[in-house]
Amino acid sequence: MTIREAISATGLPPMLIERARIVDPSRGLDAVGSVIIENGVIRAAGPEVLNQGHPEAAEIVDGTGLVCIPGLVDGRVFVGEPGAEHRETLATASAAAAAGGVTTMVTMPNTDPVIDDPALVDFLRRRASATSRVKVAPMAALTRGAEGKEMTEIGLLSEAGAVAFTDGKAAIANAALMRRALIYARDFEALIVNHVEEPTLASGVMNAGERASRLGLTGVPREAETIMLDRDLRLVAATKGRYHAAQISCADAVEAMRGARERGLDVSCGVSIAHLTLNEIDIGTYRSFLKMSPPLRSEEDRVAMVQALADGLIDWVVSSHDPQDSEMKRHPFAEAADGAVGLETLLPAALRLVHGGEVGLSALIRALSTAPARRLGLNAGTLSAGASADLVLLDIDEPWVLDRAKLASRSKNTPFEDARFTGRVLRTLVAGRTVYRYGRG
Amino acid sequence: MTAAPILTHFPHRHLLGIEGLSPFEIEFLLAKSEEAIDVSRQVAKRKDALAGRTQINLFFENSTRTQSSFEIAGKRLGADVMNMAVAQSSVKKGETLIDTAMTLNAMRPDILVVRHHAAGAVHLLARKVGCSVINAGDGAHEHPTQALLDALTIKRHKGRIARLTVAICGDILHSRVARSNIILLNALGARVRVVGPSTLMPSGIERFGVEVFNTMKAGLDGADVVMMLRLQRERMSGSYVPSVREYFRYFGLDEEKLGHAKPDAIVMHPGPMNRGVEIDPAVADGPRSVIAEQVEMGVAVRMAVLEALAAHLPNA
Repeated sequence: MTIREAISATGLPPMLIERARIVDPSRGLDAVGSVIIENGVIRAAGPEVLNQGHPEAAEIVDGTGLVCIPGLVDGRVFVGEPGAEHRETLATASAAAAAGGVTTMVTMPNTDPVIDDPALVDFLRRRASATSRVKVAPMAALTRGAEGKEMTEIGLLSEAGAVAFTDGKAAIANAALMRRALIYARDFEALIVNHVEEPTLASGVMNAGERASRLGLTGVPREAETIMLDRDLRLVAATKGRYHAAQISCADAVEAMRGARERGLDVSCGVSIAHLTLNEIDIGTYRSFLKMSPPLRSEEDRVAMVQALADGLIDWVVSSHDPQDSEMKRHPFAEAADGAVGLETLLPAALRLVHGGEVGLSALIRALSTAPARRLGLNAGTLSAGASADLVLLDIDEPWVLDRAKLASRSKNTPFEDARFTGRVLRTLVAGRTVYRYGRG
Repeated sequence: MTAAPILTHFPHRHLLGIEGLSPFEIEFLLAKSEEAIDVSRQVAKRKDALAGRTQINLFFENSTRTQSSFEIAGKRLGADVMNMAVAQSSVKKGETLIDTAMTLNAMRPDILVVRHHAAGAVHLLARKVGCSVINAGDGAHEHPTQALLDALTIKRHKGRIARLTVAICGDILHSRVARSNIILLNALGARVRVVGPSTLMPSGIERFGVEVFNTMKAGLDGADVVMMLRLQRERMSGSYVPSVREYFRYFGLDEEKLGHAKPDAIVMHPGPMNRGVEIDPAVADGPRSVIAEQVEMGVAVRMAVLEALAAHLPNA
């Protein structure tokens, strides 16, 4: 079922989810209660919503022992459509998303062609509404062809539906261009997103340090990230632009973000689930599925990322879903493509932090859903009355083992092959329609 | 000379690196190499340990000396040796390393000897084929037979490895020879030093169990063994060191710098040498140089490794 079908969901019977633990960071709510959904919209969600009685002829879902959260808004998703459909289409990515509890995919513009023209944003949204099970919110390229040279039409692209502007995998290396883009985007209140990695320092293939030296691989030092981030934050201070660092990976970057917030800048940052749950040691003997940009860092850096998330210094947790066909990974480590799929494992992997007592569930869901939705101005990330009924029912305690072959994504390059997870999505709803079901969900 | 090795066989199917080998396993291979020297010095230099076996030398990176060394070693053991001229051809056609491996695997070789420009390429290949794999050098990662032949050479001159001070000098950063040697020499109890400009030191090198020096005077002081490394031409002019003459001035091994080492110190080089860049011709060809002997030991070590792995082949 696609979005188009879901949106014409009027006529669906109402739904009542009873006795679930409702975690809605948008209202600071974490309590057992019920959720009433009508016409694809949440009518009420909370402990006392049944005081006005049951809706008539509703489908009743027993949520006992389950957790109900707003659907995830994954702020960094690479899809192969258009141009690399053999890796991933919107349809296959959305199937993975639905299975992972992601109800909005924020897509990156690094496709072929690059999403740098209003007509292409329009195409993407039409394709999504025709083929995707979940919502798609496209980011457009900040420069034409994502080549880092000429600015794109930020106004027209925004009107066409672009939710933010980024060159995705490519950092904006040219400081003058970045400065001008921040100033220009201000007039449209557009959000500029940058991949913070100084290209001249980022020619390596894994974190610089002892591990890389032992494996004989070239390293990417942490300064590649902090230099670019420091530069951007200074430009934001000078221009008063709106800015988001797509992914940070090291402790020093957290300090840079802290300083910028204290100065009152309109800045935010994200971290990928891989950088929260894995480190450079996991690369073992050259596992190319763990090759990514920025590279997996040390355990100290991973712990700093988790702490920053718990402290609210990191705003978004993203999958950085990046499907690569086996062809691109059938090379020696240094020559293999970057990237890992992640839509389906984003929530289960993130729950490791909750079970480990490192991050509270509410803080986690805020970073996975509420915060990115707010930052991008989406009608998502909340279970408050009147919001679109994008929500997930999960069994937070169910143990399972990831079978790579069973991933819904067309590409299977997961860093979590055979990983043990605790917590599983049982049902995903987009605009009130069930787009994924497992077990008793 | 050596205590009898504790092991009676080599317990690995592949030789991908020195890392992961125990000191006993290293000693086992060195003892076997000693036997192989005797074979090589006979008039009839043949054994039949590998008779009927197929050895393919798969060199993605050109190396005349290592390839011929493996070829001679295989032939002296009676193997059918084939050199695959992969160089860059199939790679250019877009074939992945694994495709190449599967194609070769289908030809049912018994032993693959692989050299590749990318670190980890040989591990990747070893996971995909059914035969034994020997790493003949992968990127800046490892070159295990080089480290073994170096150890054998040292042992024959010094009688032991333990407690010797070995200075490895030059481009440590890009050197697989340095990595394999550091691991092996540490495993056998040597004191290992690395000497070179800081731009050619890997990050985290101080955690490899070595002492780091940035001058030859301090680095060579009291050394028993001076091991020079080759400096690749593309790294000589501005990217890592400013010029050849500046490099030679500070890190090229000449008689004066060698004077800081012990009077009986030996000079080694894995070859091919850049005379006048990392080593003065007078030293390279001088009385303390054991460089030619390293080449002879290379054949012996490769025979030993081939024979040790062949013991695991089906029907062996």
